[in-house]
Amino acid sequence: MTARRTWWKTALGVLFAAIMLFPVYWMINVSLTQRGDLRSNPPHLFPVNPTLEGYSAMLDGQLPSLGVSLLVGLGCVVLTLAIAAPAGYAMSLLRLPGGRTLNFILLVAQMIPAVVMAMGFYAIYVRLGLLNSLWGLILADSTIAVPFGVLLFTAFMSGIPRELIQAAKIDGAGAWRTFVSIVMPISRNSALTVSLFAFLWAWSDFVFASTLNRNGSMVPVTLSIYAFIGNNTTQWNAIMATAVVASVPAAVLLVFAQRYVAAGVTAGAVKD
Amino acid sequence: MTTTATTADGEVSSPARARRRRSTGSPWVAVAFAAPLIVYLAAFYAYPLIRSVDLSIHDYNIRAFVQGNAEFVGLQNYADIVSSPLFPSALWNTVLFVGVSLLFQYAIGLALAVFFRANFKLSGFLRALFLVPWLLPLIVSASTWSWMMNSDSGIINSFLGAVGVGQINWITSPDTALTAVIIANIWLGIPFNLVILYSGLQNIPGDVYEAASLDGAGAWTTFWRVTFPLLRPVSAITVLLGLVYTLKVVDIIWIMTKGGPANSSLTLAVWSYREAFGTGQPAFSPAAAVGNVLIVIALIFGLAYVRLQRREEH
Repeated sequence: MTARRTWWKTALGVLFAAIMLFPVYWMINVSLTQRGDLRSNPPHLFPVNPTLEGYSAMLDGQLPSLGVSLLVGLGCVVLTLAIAAPAGYAMSLLRLPGGRTLNFILLVAQMIPAVVMAMGFYAIYVRLGLLNSLWGLILADSTIAVPFGVLLFTAFMSGIPRELIQAAKIDGAGAWRTFVSIVMPISRNSALTVSLFAFLWAWSDFVFASTLNRNGSMVPVTLSIYAFIGNNTTQWNAIMATAVVASVPAAVLLVFAQRYVAAGVTAGAVKD
Repeated sequence: MTTTATTADGEVSSPARARRRRSTGSPWVAVAFAAPLIVYLAAFYAYPLIRSVDLSIHDYNIRAFVQGNAEFVGLQNYADIVSSPLFPSALWNTVLFVGVSLLFQYAIGLALAVFFRANFKLSGFLRALFLVPWLLPLIVSASTWSWMMNSDSGIINSFLGAVGVGQINWITSPDTALTAVIIANIWLGIPFNLVILYSGLQNIPGDVYEAASLDGAGAWTTFWRVTFPLLRPVSAITVLLGLVYTLKVVDIIWIMTKGGPANSSLTLAVWSYREAFGTGQPAFSPAAAVGNVLIVIALIFGLAYVRLQRREEH
């Protein structure tokens, strides 16, 4: 009896997921469609004569931008970890004066609209000559992830048993040793979650890229898709092919790190 | 490297003592560990924010921007934007965009969370698939929706045509552009609501449901009398957080409609972006003024969220 009921639920779940993921399917479908069939009415529900011309057009022009996005993403991961992990340690396990205030500032920092930050960065970068530079974009993109990272590390490290820290101290380990050889190894999963999000946010960023890096040779993939749409509205198969490739990190994350993704979404909002 | 000696407690801590003393070490060591963050916040949050306020109270054109000798105009930029005919419409569009998005995101997210609460075959896998929209880069989602909503060749109009609805110019008509971006944004926000509400549901102990079912409550009654009230704190946090995030959305609207046609999908955030970066003539001062108004609105709701979360912790 119960088995029958759950089968019914599974069928419904599959239907819901299919509706939800239809845009993703459609993106893949269009990316494989011949240019001549793009405007056919009604549109083909399946790639009838699948072609890779969209992908080869993408390879011709978009490859460098994928490299730029990769570099920016990795740069953001390193920067975010380097700042967030020690700060989380200080806020959770050490006696940091004003820790609560800092916690509050971080919560508020996450609420500042990116447009406003972009204007501030633009004004600063104009003077410093950092516009259209890789470093400038890494710095700006990291502001999306750093407050989140600190809060996540703080929340996790607060749960580390004090006895462990005390024991390390008795063994003569200083704060730095304790951090490197005890706290960080235990916090490996948190570090993974923070890295995943820092990478994904930097990879997906559009606002900072379109304001701080719009004229340079170092264009990330989000911006290059945007420029592609602006320039040729007929080549939607190539646009969608680029979009498919730009979605690869998200797909990889979902397959290999789904646990950490769910942990990250929840961490910011709900205390367990 | 910060290998400063920590203040030696000298004694083996009993569990009780460890619990009382939450933190160890000297404050200076802690400050040293937090120093990169503090410097970072000052340089990359506080300073850009100060610059943005500075932009909004001066009259910056591109030239003054580089040379840094803009004329001080006080609150003139704020007065200008508030009295601009665009202000009421952008404010109303923002209210609609945020309000309608949140309503549907929350309702659909909650329905799905309740649906997935029961364990059935593949439930974990299917739930994971729902995360996809949230993980995709916005440019990908926005351009896919644009093409799906294309007037002549879009799949949505093709579906609607099959059931007898005439062609809708989703993105190119001022009547439907805001609806179009709201639909795409609802789709984007469902995963966030689903994940948080689902984890909220997990925290409701199972015996509460058992008690309800012993009392003979059906599924519908159980939801309205038990699940929904118990989920209220998590719901409030989800909606407030969603509100703060939705207020500042630029990319999805900008990529799909650029705030048009005829400003019909222009929200405050998009207006600010357009003034500063969207036209050939950057007008940073009014853009910063709009942006700062947006910050104030976001902070009001943001502080409500922080208060709520603090209360939850106690």
